[in-house]
Amino acid sequence: LQLSVKQPPDTANAPPRRSNRGDAVARVLFPLAGCIVILVMGSIAALLISRALPAFRSGGVHFFTDKQFFPEEKKNGFGIAALVFGTVTTSVIALLIAVPIALGSALFASEVAPRRVGRAIGSLVDLLAAVPSVVYGLWGVIFLIPHIIPVERSIDSAIGGVFPPLHSRSGAYGRSIFTASVVLAVMVIPIIAALAREVFRQVPRSHREAALALGATRWEMIRLAVLPFGRGGLVGAVMLGLGRALGETIAVAMLIGGSYVINWHVVEPGGATIASNIATKFGEYGPHGREALIATGLVLFAITFAVNLVGRLVVLRSVRQGLGRA
Amino acid sequence: MSLTTSGLASGRLSTRRRVTNAVALGLLGLAVAVAIIPLVGVITYTVAKGAGVLSARFFTESMRGVGPFDTNGGVYHAIIGTLEQVGIAAMLSIPLGIAVAIYLVEYENGPLATVVRVLVDVMTGIPSIVAGLFIFAFWVLAMGQGFSGLAAGLALAVLMLPVVVRASEEMLRLVPAELREGAYALGVPKWRTIVSVVLPTASAGITTGVMLAIARVAGETAPLLLTAFGNDSVNVNPLHGAQSGLPLFVFNQAGSPLPVANQRAWGAALTLIAVVVLLTVVARLLTRRNQLAG
Repeated sequence: LQLSVKQPPDTANAPPRRSNRGDAVARVLFPLAGCIVILVMGSIAALLISRALPAFRSGGVHFFTDKQFFPEEKKNGFGIAALVFGTVTTSVIALLIAVPIALGSALFASEVAPRRVGRAIGSLVDLLAAVPSVVYGLWGVIFLIPHIIPVERSIDSAIGGVFPPLHSRSGAYGRSIFTASVVLAVMVIPIIAALAREVFRQVPRSHREAALALGATRWEMIRLAVLPFGRGGLVGAVMLGLGRALGETIAVAMLIGGSYVINWHVVEPGGATIASNIATKFGEYGPHGREALIATGLVLFAITFAVNLVGRLVVLRSVRQGLGRA
Repeated sequence: MSLTTSGLASGRLSTRRRVTNAVALGLLGLAVAVAIIPLVGVITYTVAKGAGVLSARFFTESMRGVGPFDTNGGVYHAIIGTLEQVGIAAMLSIPLGIAVAIYLVEYENGPLATVVRVLVDVMTGIPSIVAGLFIFAFWVLAMGQGFSGLAAGLALAVLMLPVVVRASEEMLRLVPAELREGAYALGVPKWRTIVSVVLPTASAGITTGVMLAIARVAGETAPLLLTAFGNDSVNVNPLHGAQSGLPLFVFNQAGSPLPVANQRAWGAALTLIAVVVLLTVVARLLTRRNQLAG
């Protein structure tokens, strides 16, 4: 600090030369760091595309329409249809389970519980996000599967007849799309809940107080003042949770049956996602199969990219609107 | 007075509204319970299963030469791998991430900054397996370097970088403009202001963000599969040869049908959870002491 403070006052208009040089270096260095980010992202896209091209070419249209994915055994005509089905289905079911729980707990923490309790709930739920996914996978394999089988069986016998997705034709349960979805739900709850709390924090106090002053019950206040205000932000939060669920790898790889089928009976064993398929097949494949896996990874990248982008935009827009209204 | 009015108000509530309110609030409370049960379940189950496995031998032995039915074998090699891989990722992504954040906050202008900001957002959403595939395609295939701890470190750095940028950016923005203006008024050049005034003020918050980022990548398994690949023996050299890592160890041992292996998986999972939760909790406590975030 003493360097430049000691400069004589008459040079104040022209900044000291020495510091000028430092600033010149800094003005190059920091943008350079920004450029590295662009470089990394650019090379991720370029490398994945160039490595995936041979697989796209040999797969052709079949790459998107075929269900069977055996690039090592079958040089032409392997496809990701079943993998995309598994990826989307697990994520959608996970969201169906996670969204009400995440929003409910976020609402309870921010609108119902006393401030201190709300904050404690928030950090506990955040802690859920800190548990590594491989631990969820291990817990799922050893604890959840044996315990979820009887539950699935009784659900099946209760409503499986009317609602085919919850009916197992073979009577077998366990390593199914549904089980993977349950663990995925546990993993995305903290993400959605954290973002939802952020959204609810944006709701102006005056809106809540106005509702209460009009004689609304606490639930009516939530329904009439809090939820409408945060709708856009909540959609964005769910989209970001979806982005996370789509790309989740290890826990799904440990829990899902691993077969290339499009099966709407989601409690039946089997199924695979793009990410789980990469994790389980990478070790056993040779160069050709690994290129095919990179091609599937590119598809996953494209899907999550789109979902995240839309999610960010929605969150951004709602925050801006919120600020405008507040 | 207030007693009578509140009594009147609740008296006017129709039974239907009162019941709806009670049921809805009850459901919200239930949601909290359902959200927290898995956390408590996973942690208590892991402690119950893993505590018995932990011993001095477990931390000092590798899996080299351990047969499928042997009860010995440990995580020594995996801990070395994780320390090196996460260390490499931290060394690369922390300075770079803070530099990017400084660029975005202190030098932001023009379309370049916008592009960088959007790309950092996109990077946050990259699935970890895609980061692994990228480093596999780049380091292992294109550069012909083979599987190594360094490759794993690179993949983890890709995942860690956006988290560090986001956290640092947020903290730098909280530094009051008056501090910068004060420094400028004393004739301090901009770069010195950043280094000696802005960064020290934001350092507590940045430390918190960095620790959370480390906790996040330390538990990543998927990228390790494609970059470090896994190894039963100790490999101290991160530059050459396949390496293990704690998450990878859990994954491999959990995949075995043998109870002995599953026990080792629980031991390693408990070690991993302890490390990650410790980092997270310490980071949160640091936040509480940080004046900026207050």
